[in-house]
Amino acid sequence: MINETLVELSRWQFAITALFHFLFVPLTIGMTWILFIMEAVFVMTGREIYRDMTKFWGKLFGINFAIGVATGLTMEFEFGTNWSYYSHYVGDVFGAPLAIEGLMAFFLESTFVGMFFLGWDRLSRKQHLAGTLLMALGTNFSALWILIANGWMQNPIGAEFNYQTMRMELVSFSEILLNPVAQVKFIHTVAAGYVAGSMFVLSISSYYILKGRDLAFAKRSFSVAAGFGLASIFSVILLGDESGYEVGEVQRVKLAAIEAEYHTEPAPAAFTLIGLPNDDDMETHYAIKIPYVMGIIATRSLAEQVIGLRDLQKEHEPRIRNGMIAYGFLQKLRNGEETPENIAGFNATKQDLGYGLLLKRYTEKVVDATEAQIKMAVKDSTPPVAPIFFAFRLMVGSGMVMLILFILAFYFNARRQIETKRWLLKAILLALPLPWVAIETGWFVAEFGRQPWAISEILPTFMATSDLAVSDVILSLSAFVTVYIVMFIIEMWLMIRFAKMGPSALHTGRYHFENLSDDSSSLRQSNS
Amino acid sequence: MLDYETLKFCWWLIIGFLFIGFVVTDGMDMGVGGLLLFVAKTDLERRVVINTVGPHWDGNQVWFITAAAALFAAWPMVYATAFSGFYFAMMLTLFALFLRPLAFDYRSKIESTRWRFNWDRALFVGSMVPALVFGIAFGNLLQGVPFSFDELMRVTYTGSFLALFNPFALLSGVVSVSMLLLHGATWLNMRTEGDIAKRSAKAGQLAAAVMLSAFAICGVMIAQSIDGFVVVSGLDPSGLAQPTKKIVELSRGAWLNNFNNMPLLWLSPIISLLMALLAALILRFAANRFAGIAFMASALNCALVIVTAASAMFPFVLPSISFPNHSLTMWDSVSSEYTLRLMLVVVAIFIPIIITYTAWCYRRMWRTVTVQEIEQHSHTAY
Repeated sequence: MINETLVELSRWQFAITALFHFLFVPLTIGMTWILFIMEAVFVMTGREIYRDMTKFWGKLFGINFAIGVATGLTMEFEFGTNWSYYSHYVGDVFGAPLAIEGLMAFFLESTFVGMFFLGWDRLSRKQHLAGTLLMALGTNFSALWILIANGWMQNPIGAEFNYQTMRMELVSFSEILLNPVAQVKFIHTVAAGYVAGSMFVLSISSYYILKGRDLAFAKRSFSVAAGFGLASIFSVILLGDESGYEVGEVQRVKLAAIEAEYHTEPAPAAFTLIGLPNDDDMETHYAIKIPYVMGIIATRSLAEQVIGLRDLQKEHEPRIRNGMIAYGFLQKLRNGEETPENIAGFNATKQDLGYGLLLKRYTEKVVDATEAQIKMAVKDSTPPVAPIFFAFRLMVGSGMVMLILFILAFYFNARRQIETKRWLLKAILLALPLPWVAIETGWFVAEFGRQPWAISEILPTFMATSDLAVSDVILSLSAFVTVYIVMFIIEMWLMIRFAKMGPSALHTGRYHFENLSDDSSSLRQSNS
Repeated sequence: MLDYETLKFCWWLIIGFLFIGFVVTDGMDMGVGGLLLFVAKTDLERRVVINTVGPHWDGNQVWFITAAAALFAAWPMVYATAFSGFYFAMMLTLFALFLRPLAFDYRSKIESTRWRFNWDRALFVGSMVPALVFGIAFGNLLQGVPFSFDELMRVTYTGSFLALFNPFALLSGVVSVSMLLLHGATWLNMRTEGDIAKRSAKAGQLAAAVMLSAFAICGVMIAQSIDGFVVVSGLDPSGLAQPTKKIVELSRGAWLNNFNNMPLLWLSPIISLLMALLAALILRFAANRFAGIAFMASALNCALVIVTAASAMFPFVLPSISFPNHSLTMWDSVSSEYTLRLMLVVVAIFIPIIITYTAWCYRRMWRTVTVQEIEQHSHTAY
């Protein structure tokens, strides 16, 4: 039988390690381009301040990058250590983009990141700039392949189940490559990373402007971040991945959960601004709705409906019953009864095998499921609504605030009035955590919204775990939490120290703390 | 076009190649990390040591990540079974590996001896623990590990963490650690000067002596006291990935069967031993003049140790001691023909590109790292 505690702990461990890793990834994704822009200006104009900008923001980038690399190792291990049945069941498909990521992206990024930090004196200006570009490309390719892998989990096309090997096997690489869900996810995610990088530079530059320090340096950094950030936040919002919600069953369910839409509404559906979703009576209470908006955003049309969760569950019931039949045939086939009838019977029903597996939670044999158990499996076939509903609103809310801030920052910067708008600079400084709020809640919506599936309609999450003892996972989970907290404290301490220090940390003799007398030189000498 | 059987063999070679790439490059960093506390005493000396690998450690580590990802893509059952079976060993390695990126990047950012020396210890742990665990894991592979599959191909592992630490496995751990220390020593001897180079040469000789004896004893144990696995029947090299359908038997010394059937393979352990010896002799008598050759000899030694272990086990990659018939081999625990072919194309395109730009970066950064240089660049170097 399924060990529910093991499943819960494995999910917690994966969620914590993945969300923690993704605190550092978006900043890396965004910063590589910002560094490239700054360095390109330096190479084109030869003005030293742009090299200083590249080097200083590069220092902060490095502090973030190191912990990103460390926590990324976990992700490469964890499918095998904690999700071994997943690894077996879909490794033929899912492993490929991961391996391609290593070969195409990871090597590139990691080789040239060394050149970025330590190659200044040993490469010509153009060579170094080319290295920075390759590092940025590597980072972004890396995101591409990871999102192709993740997009396949949401919308698993291009693969077939093989009963002989008992796993999913790749049949069309171009399909998983061109998976529409993966495409929109990629753009949405890297653009979110660009926003994170921009907000990071914008906020810290605002801090220097507010303090009246290193103004030439801070204002130029501010300009780069305001321009790049404004373009990026528009991309995130306009190319938000709503457009990917039409394809794939899980995406339809996720959309209904995001909107807490239990009942199918006539098109175009209203957008629920806020409300209290309740999974027990399948109603959203105290809902405040804006007519038409949601139908237009989600389906990009006035005529198409967004199907509600009640109707989606109704659709799932026959599929679960069909899945029981598929499972029955699979058992016969696995027992060696490979008769033409059994093969034909299995092939006719195997698209619902995953739904049959949902019953594994209640009965090991699946085929003997009672009506009550089928009913429970139907209920399981959609995720809990409230967490998704609120997380989504938190994401969108953060995005809207950032949009306004980037517009104002860009406007006043273009009019050269930014120094006088202290309220705006303070607001931007305070808004520093917002990209991370939006990104983490966004991933939560994407992954929690995929439940109960590890692979949409194919493999339930509870079946995907490794055969570990509960105590094993308690131990590793506690270790992760402890070690990650310590790592985070060290990283933040260094980051804040260097951010406060500003470009004086470069020891060029051109910046604020270096021109002051003794009282601040203690700070200077303790940083390098 | 290549058939399924040939593809599977290609992938056995590729996985082997990636592991060799990992040991020769990242293994070198681990050797350097292991030597750090002993060949460099002052902060400046330690920075010299760290900066010999500073620009490259991250790229080198990707060999390891890619090897793991290639296992996932090409041998998913091996990835699933080994990683979950060796759960605590993997976690231990993982937590140790966390230390390296942080140590490299954070160490010299703060001018405090305590801060820096603590990171040096972290680098030591982060280098030596994985080196030891990988050796121990290999030692256990050669003895077989206890796992089996159910009818849905879910794997159950029945071994314990402590059982991994048996005498043969520990000896394999010694081989792995000493091999990487020798490798790191030849690198430092080549890339540094003065005291650091001298101490490295000395440490390298010691490591070589340990490595040679441990490797030889391992060989004797494999012949005398370890059961090898033999496929009796039911394994079709061109068949589907169904690892539970063959008959496997254990017999004493059977890991030498491949060597006896193909005597040419003996060259692998013999040359390996000779290379370790050559590296040691150079470090003893001509450390300055032939530093490059010593490093190349050590690299070849690392590669051939892997080749030796892999050819002994061929076609097995993860034998099961509790259900020998469920053992995973490179014929029956692989991905589909389509995936193997696709990934072969990807590898054929990207590996040459990777080697080209990696070599370019090494060449650009090539120099003897000196104390003076670090002093001059004390705010930009690691």
